[in-house]
Amino acid sequence: MIHSLFLVNASGDIFLEKHWKSVVSRSVCDYFFEAQERATEPENVPPVIPTPHHYLISVLRHRIYFVAVIQSEVPPLFVIEFLHRVVDTFQDYFGVCTEAAIKDNVVVVYELLEEMLDNGFPLATESNILKELIKPPTILRTMVNTITGSTNVGEQLPTGQLSVVPWRRTGVKYTNNEAYFDVVEEIDAIIDKSGSTITAEIQGVIDACVKLTGMPDLTLSFMNPRLLDDVSFHPCVRFKRWEAERILSFIPPDGNFRLLSYHVSSQNLVAIPVYVKHNITFREGSSQGRFDLTLGPKQTMGKAVESVLVSSQLPRGVLNANLNPSQGTYTFDPVTKMLSWDVGKINPQKLPSLKGTMSLQAGASKPDENPSINIQFKIQQMAISGCTQAGQTL
Amino acid sequence: MSASSAFNDEKGGSSSVGEPEYGHDPASGGIFSSDYKRHDDLKEMLDSNKDSLKLEAMKRIVAVIIHIIWNSIFFFIGMFCSHCSSLQVKKLVYVYLVRYAEEQQDLALLSISTFQRGLKDPNQLIRASALRVLSSIRVTIIVPIMMLAIKEAASDMSPYVRKTAAHAIPKLYSLDPEQKDQLIEVIEKLLADKTTLVAGSVVMAFEEVCPERIDLIHKNYRKLCNLLIDVEEWGQVVIINMLTRYARTQFLNPNMNESLLEEGSGGDRTFYGSDEDEDEDEEEKEKKAETPAMAKRKPYVMDPDHRLLLRNTKPLLQSRNAAVVMAVAQLYFHLAPKAEVGVIAKALVRLLRSHSEVQYVVLQNVATMTIKRRGMFEPYLKSFYIRSTDPTQIKVLKLEVLTNLANETNISTILREFQTYIKSMDKDFVAATIQAIGRCATNIGEVRDTCLNGLVQLLSNRDELVVAESVVVIKKLLQMQPEKHSDIIKHMAKLTDNIQVPMARASILWLIGEYCEHVPKIAPDVLRKMAKSFTNEEDIVKLQIINLAAKLYLTNSKQTKLLTQYVLNLAKYDQNYDIRDRARFIRQLIVPTEKSGALSKYAKKLFLALKPAPVLESPFKDRDHFQLGSLSHLLNAKAGGYQELPDWPEAAPDPSVRNVEVPEWTKCSSREKRKEKKVEKPFYSDSEGESGPTESADSGNFSWLLSDSASGSESGSGSEESASRSESEESEDGSESEEEEEEEEEEKEKKKKKKELKKPVQESERKCSFHANVYQPSLYNWALVSMTLHLVLCLQTIAPSSALKNYELLHRITGEGLSVEYCFSRQPFSPDANMVAVQMQFTNNATADTKNLHIEDVKLQSGMRVKEFSEIELLPAGETATAVMGIDFCDSTQAANFQLCTHTRKFFVSIQPPVGELMRPVFLTENEFKKEQGQLMGMNEITEKLTLDMKCRNEHTIVQRVTTAANLSRVPCGSDKEFAGRTVSSSSLVLVTVATKEEGAAQLTVNCEKMVIGTMLVKDILLALTQ
Repeated sequence: MIHSLFLVNASGDIFLEKHWKSVVSRSVCDYFFEAQERATEPENVPPVIPTPHHYLISVLRHRIYFVAVIQSEVPPLFVIEFLHRVVDTFQDYFGVCTEAAIKDNVVVVYELLEEMLDNGFPLATESNILKELIKPPTILRTMVNTITGSTNVGEQLPTGQLSVVPWRRTGVKYTNNEAYFDVVEEIDAIIDKSGSTITAEIQGVIDACVKLTGMPDLTLSFMNPRLLDDVSFHPCVRFKRWEAERILSFIPPDGNFRLLSYHVSSQNLVAIPVYVKHNITFREGSSQGRFDLTLGPKQTMGKAVESVLVSSQLPRGVLNANLNPSQGTYTFDPVTKMLSWDVGKINPQKLPSLKGTMSLQAGASKPDENPSINIQFKIQQMAISGCTQAGQTL
Repeated sequence: MSASSAFNDEKGGSSSVGEPEYGHDPASGGIFSSDYKRHDDLKEMLDSNKDSLKLEAMKRIVAVIIHIIWNSIFFFIGMFCSHCSSLQVKKLVYVYLVRYAEEQQDLALLSISTFQRGLKDPNQLIRASALRVLSSIRVTIIVPIMMLAIKEAASDMSPYVRKTAAHAIPKLYSLDPEQKDQLIEVIEKLLADKTTLVAGSVVMAFEEVCPERIDLIHKNYRKLCNLLIDVEEWGQVVIINMLTRYARTQFLNPNMNESLLEEGSGGDRTFYGSDEDEDEDEEEKEKKAETPAMAKRKPYVMDPDHRLLLRNTKPLLQSRNAAVVMAVAQLYFHLAPKAEVGVIAKALVRLLRSHSEVQYVVLQNVATMTIKRRGMFEPYLKSFYIRSTDPTQIKVLKLEVLTNLANETNISTILREFQTYIKSMDKDFVAATIQAIGRCATNIGEVRDTCLNGLVQLLSNRDELVVAESVVVIKKLLQMQPEKHSDIIKHMAKLTDNIQVPMARASILWLIGEYCEHVPKIAPDVLRKMAKSFTNEEDIVKLQIINLAAKLYLTNSKQTKLLTQYVLNLAKYDQNYDIRDRARFIRQLIVPTEKSGALSKYAKKLFLALKPAPVLESPFKDRDHFQLGSLSHLLNAKAGGYQELPDWPEAAPDPSVRNVEVPEWTKCSSREKRKEKKVEKPFYSDSEGESGPTESADSGNFSWLLSDSASGSESGSGSEESASRSESEESEDGSESEEEEEEEEEEKEKKKKKKELKKPVQESERKCSFHANVYQPSLYNWALVSMTLHLVLCLQTIAPSSALKNYELLHRITGEGLSVEYCFSRQPFSPDANMVAVQMQFTNNATADTKNLHIEDVKLQSGMRVKEFSEIELLPAGETATAVMGIDFCDSTQAANFQLCTHTRKFFVSIQPPVGELMRPVFLTENEFKKEQGQLMGMNEITEKLTLDMKCRNEHTIVQRVTTAANLSRVPCGSDKEFAGRTVSSSSLVLVTVATKEEGAAQLTVNCEKMVIGTMLVKDILLALTQ
């Protein structure tokens, strides 16, 4: 299974390595660097790279490549999924997963990696168990450790590994019992230039933060479970109950976790809550182009559309853009030709717009690419799929 | 000394790791030199008594590891520290030890004793981690120690330790492959483990050590299928992949009979055939006998075990772990009937929303699937539309999938989508799109012209790459019907002036050459231009110029003779030998000289033969011979350690090998009918054996036995045989000699015999007389005797048992006249309430007196205790004595092993309790019962539906059977039949409910804090009620 792990930063330095079996020389990463050079974009490095004696499987997260070295046949998704789990754990422990954070907590990182894999096979990947074994660093604890000279290795034994609900740590006590559920829905849509939706699909997740004493058994029901086309669960959810009654019944892990993610298929009609009016033209012969973009809300059920961010990759011929936003700020990177406009909140009375001219390379002919426009936005307290929670019981 | 300073070191050190020349760097050099100075105080710190100091020192040492600075002195110190008590220090020492043991073997050995001590620790977690570290030390000398430790841990009471043992197996194997045989034994043992914790790890070990020993899986197949959903996610992936391979060798291809495809009729059959009654069983038997013949003329019927696998893996499509979803998807793709494969599409599409690496792998697999099963993904066409934010490699894969999905109905939407893609800024992606259009055009005739027109328009694109790619694709398309498109060829001829991309130029030249009859005026002109620039062209273009020249010379020699000569002369002096060779070859072929032979006559035919149009194929065409989801599939090359996915067998191997044999519930369908048969014979139905068997009855009996063993049907040893037979057929490496196998077989046989000896025997009188008979005609070999024995014992288990079952501890033959039976008396054991009372009955059948009967050398799993019975000083010949001993089984069904000693001999015996005996009844009122049950919901509740046996439909029998199976007391009144008890050792509540419905349907619910106990109890009671 997984032989070794190398962490490579954006500038191509190996800043951490860990071996679970015999030591693999770091020169094996040269193949990775070769592939990295060949790829134009950082995310275009192929996830699986064969080398004469090893296979390199890498994931890119937070501008760090996590390169796993394996020697024999293993499902690639197994390794990829595990690496992502490692990143998630780091993020959970250190808040961010950056090179600096990893270097600051290098001992904890090693301890974690040691516990997560045994001889290349995943051992403990549940955050609850890991936290029992190795306490996450906090400012206070670092202070205490500095004074007393103790480390983050938990003194107690990982009894959680023995229980029938391995995801929940034992002996949880809270004075305030509380449970929060966040329903986050994302809508992905491709809209053609005339404004008609080509495809739209909704992806939702329910993230939970449960702080309850003992071994709580929760149930969660939906008003309209039929909407959920395809779901995937945290292992704690009893699948049979969902199959039979469409009720989520589970003993939750302690702390934050993702309870389920669901998918509302594109067959259902999705109303996109914003619209874009655009007019981007280049005139043949002149070195000027016009750029005009207006955003507006539609069907938001009275909720405000917030943190709107528009980005567009302009054609290579564009030298500079001289635009005038009615609200927010915009930036244009002349090297990557990336235009981004931070709009903020959309005010339905006064629609935000971005107008102006683009200067093109002199003499170059009219670019024939169509720039695509990406829009990100947030709407609080609205479930676009119309999915509602009916109730929850303990 | 503060921790923060240590961290600072690490930072400085690790940041400099990337540059190999850090030694020359004055700044980092400074850090390291100061490091060296500090080593002195490290030693003092480690020698000190304070844990905190040791810890600080160890932290620094671990930090040093990261810098790969070796200094052997630490190792010594590490040894001392490993004796220290603090868990924190231990952990860090372990990290250190594992990393450097290989390099400093002698020193590592010093620490071994610490771990050996750890292996005996009462705390299971310490035992486990000691084993984990011990097995991680890669030093060959300790292989025997590791082997011993693994063997011991494999029979540890704690499943967690057993899991660690399973993890240790591949480590030992990689260290010393010679240990394979011994390790396989351990794996075999661990495979039989019933806990979810162990399952994943042991299958992993199986895959690493002996993936070819598929015969080890037979007995555990159903258990693995049933446990699968509760195994941790990583284990699930490994098990599913292994089961896919297994199923390919054991079941028939569900799609072999596509027109007559039928849902497996056995789909809803319960796991053990035992709940069907006798006559159905007979039918069943007939059916089985007919199976091979049936396969030809009757529609395919899915093996119930095959169905079980499909059914139990399906919920895992809902896993949050992409690897699990992919594993199930490939299982369905490879194993499921065509009609059912569709379910995986939705889950795979869901994975497309995950990280880009996951998308990459999933799309590769989807691309392969779409070639075989296009319909499956058609409804999800739009999910494969490309987003502008996708990385290029994802875009290209999505294109591949879209192209595979294209058919007459959706081609127009796909092409419209492609048109948008062509305007993308990502040029590699545009090139891939053009290729995709080309493939759509070749596959779907209706749109060929549209595509071609579209591509021709692209020729005027400003981007050269786009134009070049279009030229290449157009060339391929034109080859299909060149007559119609001479204007396109003309258009392309014009392009030679502008296009610089070699591949495109070569394509154009080839086109003009090939179809020079369609463009007779332009072709010579093109050649003229090319001849002019010949020396500056790329090799690939030069070759095509020569080709063009040759073809024109053959068709239009008047105009092009000189030009051809010129080109050939240029080529003659080219740097590339390939071009020189080609020129020489062509000159000989086309220019008639006196030497040139018969070939030049055919030159025209050679050059201008009608060439078949190229088939534009997906690069994923033949990838499905690799197991999907595997690394080999992704790379399209066999990776090391890849296990080929075997082809479906022609005829299904014997399904009975998967029948499970466990002493308590041996009675699977096939055996039962045999018993029933025998019961009819007068000899067996006699309540007392005094009438004695007649010779004829006896011999008849044996002949039946003989024929049975020859036919190799489902008696215990029969299944063993067929298992080994199928193994010898399948095993590809002939490393194991026949002899070994036979030996193994014999060993198994012996083991089996031992097991059988433990089986319940009720009337010792009868049994004795029977065995005497067996021995008299001593013609039959050992195995046969054991079989007979087996049979007799089976027979007796079905006799209605009285309240207490007797089990045999020592048979009179093995015991040389002394026979011992035991039963669980279900009385409280007065000296210790946590012990189960075992009543033993000693019978001295020998002629001499037996003296000093006592127990010695008790071997127990940790936690278990035994209270021995007081020594029996004298047991005269022919007399019987009883004694009671107490055993605390710690609420597990692990056997208690000990030696039974007489004044002359010692006998190894073991007592293994059925789960029902591990509890004592408690009295609960109905309200209390309901209340307690309410608290034991969720994971602690196990519900099972069953159909009651015909004879067991009234309340009385049900109660009797349940109480026989488990030591529980009935809750008075109440609508359902409710029983309550507590486990003896830990006093955990055990609640059983049997709710009966009409038609013999019933539901069994067991609530128990201890899930393992609960699951085992359910099985036992189920068995008791359905027989």
